[in-house]
Amino acid sequence: MPPEVVHQPPPATRPLVDEFRLGLDAPICLTWELTYACNLSCSHCLSSSGRRDPRELTTEECFAVVDELQRLQVFYVNLGGGEPMLRPDFFPIVEYAIDHQVGVKFSTNGTYLDRDAARRLASMDYLDVQVSLDGATAPVNDAVRGRGAHRAALQAMEHLADAGFGAFKVSVVVTRENVDELDELRALAESHGAQLRVTRLRPSGRGADTWDRLRPTQAQQRQLYDWLLGRDDVLTGDSFFHLSAFGQALPGLNLCGAGRVVCLIDPVGDVYACPFVIHDEFLAGNVRDPGGFTRVWRDSELFESLREPDSEGACTSCGSYDACQGGCMASKFFVGLDLSDPDPECVLGNAEDLLGRVDAGVGAHGDPVPRPTADHSRPGVPVPSPVALRPTRRRSA
Amino acid sequence: MAVRPGDRLVLHPDVALRPERFGALAYHFGNRRLSFLKHPDLVAVVESLDGERTVAEAFDVVGVEEARRSSFLSALETLRSSEMVRAA
Ligand SMILES: C[S@@+](CC[C@H](N)C(=O)[O-])C[C@H]1O[C@@H](n2cnc3c(N)ncnc32)[C@H](O)[C@@H]1O
Ligand code: SF4
Ligand code: SF4
Repeated sequence: MPPEVVHQPPPATRPLVDEFRLGLDAPICLTWELTYACNLSCSHCLSSSGRRDPRELTTEECFAVVDELQRLQVFYVNLGGGEPMLRPDFFPIVEYAIDHQVGVKFSTNGTYLDRDAARRLASMDYLDVQVSLDGATAPVNDAVRGRGAHRAALQAMEHLADAGFGAFKVSVVVTRENVDELDELRALAESHGAQLRVTRLRPSGRGADTWDRLRPTQAQQRQLYDWLLGRDDVLTGDSFFHLSAFGQALPGLNLCGAGRVVCLIDPVGDVYACPFVIHDEFLAGNVRDPGGFTRVWRDSELFESLREPDSEGACTSCGSYDACQGGCMASKFFVGLDLSDPDPECVLGNAEDLLGRVDAGVGAHGDPVPRPTADHSRPGVPVPSPVALRPTRRRSA
Repeated sequence: MAVRPGDRLVLHPDVALRPERFGALAYHFGNRRLSFLKHPDLVAVVESLDGERTVAEAFDVVGVEEARRSSFLSALETLRSSEMVRAA
């Protein structure tokens, strides 16, 4: 959601970006992955999902997290996973959150979003749905998300449209293969009464192994930037702020919010700085710890260090720093760059030499390239895997 | 249409304010828009809009001087266009 910055009555206390860099007492919003279980095995999956983790938070524990978020006035959560609809208590958790002033947006691959589920979702207030689709056409989508995934997503979109859900979102991770399909994707979303949302591919989870061949080329980054300018109807989750270094800033919050205004709660309650850094180095604590999520957010050493001023690096002297802020922390981390290095997809090409030095698991500065800490991939399942559309098991409250 | 000093406004019932160092976050549960109220005085003005008071009276209550009023009016205008506040 592009947050709207209200015209400032003078004098400004401090630029908002600076306020956000210092961190807030509670996140503005957060991502909450309900399960690592997933019927798909997308080749870019940031959470390496597949198998359920037996230590998953129970329904009661999920309710307690919601209670805390309500006290903190976290106005909405992005539920994901894994496939969140695979949790038998998915609807009760969503309903509990909404009843406690925590709005819900959830992301789904669409497989379990049948006619009944669509009707149930359409009857709820303060709920938003995001159907993931990574290509307008089946070959492009299914190359990443697995055979049958395109059909499943389109069926879900039809069910939502038929149920009169209203403006749901179609969420696309922009890749080398689908960047030319953006107009088509937008039309496809609109024909279902939905809004297109495009986000940036990160080298996270299984994406660590596919990022280099899926990420847009430099020329495509420019093409994407030009396409986004003036298309205010297309949402971006503010994820393309590194493209702002091309010139005009894209709308929204142009900074990395990790541990400052956003974070991730994973299925077992671990709190990470952002959804794209599921790695021990970015693990701040667990909601099951004494003091719960609130204490992790406010007192963890990791989050405190992320709220300190950026250390000097190539970026702080770059003329585009104000626009781009040095880019995405997760992207740097998982490709073997230092956090003070330029973003690996720096549009000025300032990371190219460094990337050239990364070789055979050794990062640009001689340290091993970090590997995602946990892998929930189902053993023996090829990535992407063919998907069999099972009839949706009815999961009622 | 610009907000005028004589208008009577109220906070939309679906909007919640969260106090922050810089002012407040405003979230509209209905249209899911998030806004930043970037000054504590603006928060105080919004909170004092009770539908009875005019905008000018709210400025008086909070102590917004004449020189700052036009910028406050345009801030309220933005809030009204995103339905954070509406006519009483
Ligand atoms: C991890 S999925 C979880 C929810 C659900 N299973 C789904 O696919 O929508 C949430 C979103 O993250 C996107 N995503 C997955 N891997 C990503 C990556 N490496 N970089 C950026 N986004 C990614 C997915 O395409 C999806 O839209
Ligand atoms: S991105 Fe794909 S594999 Fe990962 S959770 Fe979503 S549907 Fe499952
Ligand atoms: S050098 Fe750093 S701040 Fe400058 S454009 Fe590249 S990533 Fe952004």
